[in-house]
Amino acid sequence: MLKTYTWPRYDYRRAPEIDQGRVRRVPLVVVGAGPVGLSAAIDAALRGLPVVLLDEDDTVSVGSRGVCYAKRTLEIFDRLGVGQRVVDKGITWNVGRTFHGDQEVFAFNLLPEAGHWRPGMVNLQQYHLEQYLVERALQWPAIDLRWKHKVARVTPGEAFATVEVETADGPYALECDWLIVADGAKSPIRRALGLDIEGKIFQDRFLIADVVLDGEPFPADRTERRFWFDPPFHPGQSALMHREADNVWRIDFQLGWDADPEAEKQPERVTPRIRQLLDSQGFAHIGFELEWVSVYTFQCRRMANFRHGRLLFVGDAAHQVSPFGARGANSGVQDTDNLLWKLQLVIAGQAPASLLDSYDAERTLAADENLLNSTRATDFMTPKSRAAKLLRDAVLSLAEELPMGRALVNSGRLSVPALLSQSPLNTPDSDVFEGWMRPGAPLDDAPVRAGGESGWLLPHTGAGFVLMLFGVPDAAHLGAIETLANGPVPVRALVVMPAGEPGPADPTWLEDAEGLVAKRFDARPGTAYLIRPDQHVAARWRRFDAAAVSAALARATGQEAQA
Amino acid sequence: MTHLITDPHFGTPGVRHRQAYTPGDDFYESLIEGHRGLSDEQSELMNARLVLLLANHIGDLRVLREAITAARAGVAKAPGAAA
Repeated sequence: MLKTYTWPRYDYRRAPEIDQGRVRRVPLVVVGAGPVGLSAAIDAALRGLPVVLLDEDDTVSVGSRGVCYAKRTLEIFDRLGVGQRVVDKGITWNVGRTFHGDQEVFAFNLLPEAGHWRPGMVNLQQYHLEQYLVERALQWPAIDLRWKHKVARVTPGEAFATVEVETADGPYALECDWLIVADGAKSPIRRALGLDIEGKIFQDRFLIADVVLDGEPFPADRTERRFWFDPPFHPGQSALMHREADNVWRIDFQLGWDADPEAEKQPERVTPRIRQLLDSQGFAHIGFELEWVSVYTFQCRRMANFRHGRLLFVGDAAHQVSPFGARGANSGVQDTDNLLWKLQLVIAGQAPASLLDSYDAERTLAADENLLNSTRATDFMTPKSRAAKLLRDAVLSLAEELPMGRALVNSGRLSVPALLSQSPLNTPDSDVFEGWMRPGAPLDDAPVRAGGESGWLLPHTGAGFVLMLFGVPDAAHLGAIETLANGPVPVRALVVMPAGEPGPADPTWLEDAEGLVAKRFDARPGTAYLIRPDQHVAARWRRFDAAAVSAALARATGQEAQA
Repeated sequence: MTHLITDPHFGTPGVRHRQAYTPGDDFYESLIEGHRGLSDEQSELMNARLVLLLANHIGDLRVLREAITAARAGVAKAPGAAA
């Protein structure tokens, strides 16, 4: 039992299908109520889709597991309605210090560029996050959340998939048009269907401990993450100390492949390790209690395809990375962000099912980027040969002296969203633009005012397609803009006015409070951006052109044969 | 040091990177990959050959002398240095 957290127990309910004696057809089933499955279900409800969410358990994650939530994920959580709770409860940290032996190699400050709502990273135990997501999901009648409903078998079909479920009251089956598989790294569904997932296993073990400290190691506003290569308290290996909510600290020790996972988990083995770490850092006066301990290994691998007909694999079920860089849960939530708007259009008959192939194209690309970065970090931290270790140690010694060395030190490249530059949904630029808001890029946030109220750009997007128009739209275009807003796939106009020229008090008119929207989007009066429902850029132009917007919309919704 | 570049400097002309660390990580991966499968002795020889190739490419003796000085400076205090 944890000292700082009591697991909620959610009520099992008897499935109505058990008594109805017929198999019901539903549009969407999600398997797995972890952070990724819950995000998928909430996003579905937000987009008007009824969803059945099945989970074999009746509570949230045991152990803290996932701990770092990145800016882009927080922005998605804002859209899902849990962002503020996560930020309020979580620990926003900026200062990271890296040591080699007893020498500090360098410190970094994540303090993000000003003019963004959300910080670069927030630390929070996974069970808190899951609880917030569950509570949010329970607010939606459209989400049929079924605890202790274990999926026994999935039968994929041409027109639908059949899901057989076991419960305490007996079995039942559902037919679904689409099945989102979010059943985790071991994915029983993926395994039962014999679908491949390939990559590499790293021959290393890590001890992970959550401890409650009875004192404050750092001033409250200057929480540090500390990472050590070859520290005196744990020679030859790496270690990490990181803060979570409720005065819980995450401490990681690299153990090596030969370590005995069972023996290493025992308190009599773990406690002295942590005591030595704290003592060596000048925290001898701080006592601690163990909250949760685990020994883990990891793999870096992904499925060849994330879409298999009517089955859509998301999160750890589809791809797994090493924990260095916080690219696991973050990328899973980003999978659902990418997928649900597409599913909504397909289910509504407004896009062909082939649009879902772009989920595969875009998210396998993102997974490859995450795999690349987390593999590189792992290779740096656990060199595989003497030559690799020599070069790694040379980097660390240069890092103490020169900026070029510090830039090569890789203790995890923290999760950032994929740019999706190669996406088939993008309309390539025909005009010249500077900056990073190119087709495929996730939107940069920026401060805005709407109706005189200060706020942020991102919350004004995300509900559907948005056409950002910079400056007062030309009167000659108003009819075409209106037509786009009333089309089968509506494109809502969002006018961005320069600071000091707020325009009418209308929620579709924003004032670019600090000029940062125009700067980040390299916008001039007349510039137009087509924004996808997942807040990525689909297309952009220097001048509004209704035919060009319609063509880009068709492309972004998979209605045009791709070149 | 007036000639040797000691700030991060990896990149490909004409290619922009969203994350500053990417080109350095690209290089480092290529370097480690280049050593894959070699014995320790072979790796040492490869490192030496690489130093000579890069030195010839740089050519400018002012840069090379500063680099030799900078490389040596941190060696004496590194763990495992001979007493």
